[in-house]
Amino acid sequence: MEEFFETTITVNGTPVTRRVAARTHLVDFLREELGLTGSHTACEHGVCGACTLRVDGQILRGCLMLAVQANGRKVDTIEGLSDAGEIRDLQAAFHERNALQCGFCTPGVLMTAQELLRDRPEATRDEIREFMSGNLCRCTGYQAIIDSIEAVLIARRRTGRL
Amino acid sequence: MKASSFGYARPESLAEALELLARHGERAKLLAGGQSLIPSLNLRLSSPALLIDLGNLSELEGIALQGKDLRIGALTRHRAIERSPVVAAHAPLLAQAAPHIAHVAIRNRGTFGGSLAMSDPAAEWPACCLALGASIVVASARGERRVQAERFFKALYATDLAPDEILVAAEIPAAAADSRSVFLELARRRGDYAIVGVAAQARRSKGRLQDVRLAFLGVAAVPLLARRAMAALEGGPCDAAAIAAAERALGDELEPMADLYHSAATKLHLARVLAGRALAALAA
Repeated sequence: MEEFFETTITVNGTPVTRRVAARTHLVDFLREELGLTGSHTACEHGVCGACTLRVDGQILRGCLMLAVQANGRKVDTIEGLSDAGEIRDLQAAFHERNALQCGFCTPGVLMTAQELLRDRPEATRDEIREFMSGNLCRCTGYQAIIDSIEAVLIARRRTGRL
Repeated sequence: MKASSFGYARPESLAEALELLARHGERAKLLAGGQSLIPSLNLRLSSPALLIDLGNLSELEGIALQGKDLRIGALTRHRAIERSPVVAAHAPLLAQAAPHIAHVAIRNRGTFGGSLAMSDPAAEWPACCLALGASIVVASARGERRVQAERFFKALYATDLAPDEILVAAEIPAAAADSRSVFLELARRRGDYAIVGVAAQARRSKGRLQDVRLAFLGVAAVPLLARRAMAALEGGPCDAAAIAAAERALGDELEPMADLYHSAATKLHLARVLAGRALAALAA
């Protein structure tokens, strides 16, 4: 019989408590229990990056963490980053440069890009490629993605946001 | 796919975790960072009755220099090792290897001990531990014991761990002042499993190599020390002739397994290429 565990997670700044099955991974919890469908599920074995989330300030694969493991932790999703205005410039750069086509990979790409911008302000173009290598874009629009991130990196450096 | 259902326990101490493991034995699986276990659950390659989540055992996390050894707790994340100045100073091989492990989002979560206990033949940490002569610290209700890395990795995904034991740390002799190290691997794409890789360390003084250690990953069911190649280099100059002799010796001791994309002969060739590059870097 399925066992459920009371789990409290601070999602985008708001604590939520639910009883969840141990086998439910974090992305399914966010999408199905909380209706936060910005994080996508695709491969569900850690290869594609579409489900990238931020937990306690660091990105991870949302399909490779169980919701019960997030008990007591802070989870930020693309909805949270977007609403807080944290990635407004990144979103604008993606829009301007057509860095998304079907858009399926975009939330995960933006989550990873924001960690790069925060942790590696000195990154070169090659280092951006390497950092972003865990997020697959099946439309293969990588050039525009890297261009956008590089443009924001340079702009943030110039305006002292980094 | 979705995992089948399982029970879940989150012990608050190592003693409690050991007690749970002793009670449930092989029906239970230990959950550390989950970056190998959770995919195998999602794909239903694994269906334990109980997951014992070690996530709250902060006593198993951390990097510290203790006397002449660098002790790395089992729950230390790959990313913490990658960014640690203590690791860079005292076990630079690990700092060189870390960026080859998957991608940042996975390194933020996966653990050192999880990788050692999983013992994937293409994993970086087991080969590094072999090259560095690490000792693996394991605990059970019967107490603690240390196993040399050379005796820890037994067979494909199999280690010296008994069903009631938990890997708690690895102790790595700190690098000597004249020590050099190189980590290289080949993968089809950044972050993919290695086709073949090499972890190399040696002391170099007056142009001669001593205490040469060459460990390969991806060439067998377990990481391998290339003892003949090491012997060909020990005590001598690391010149073109010595490197060629070491590459030849690899043919006598490595019997790579073919994978989906590479024949055994290709893998042996690639192992020799990597050895040549690693030794040239040690000599430079």
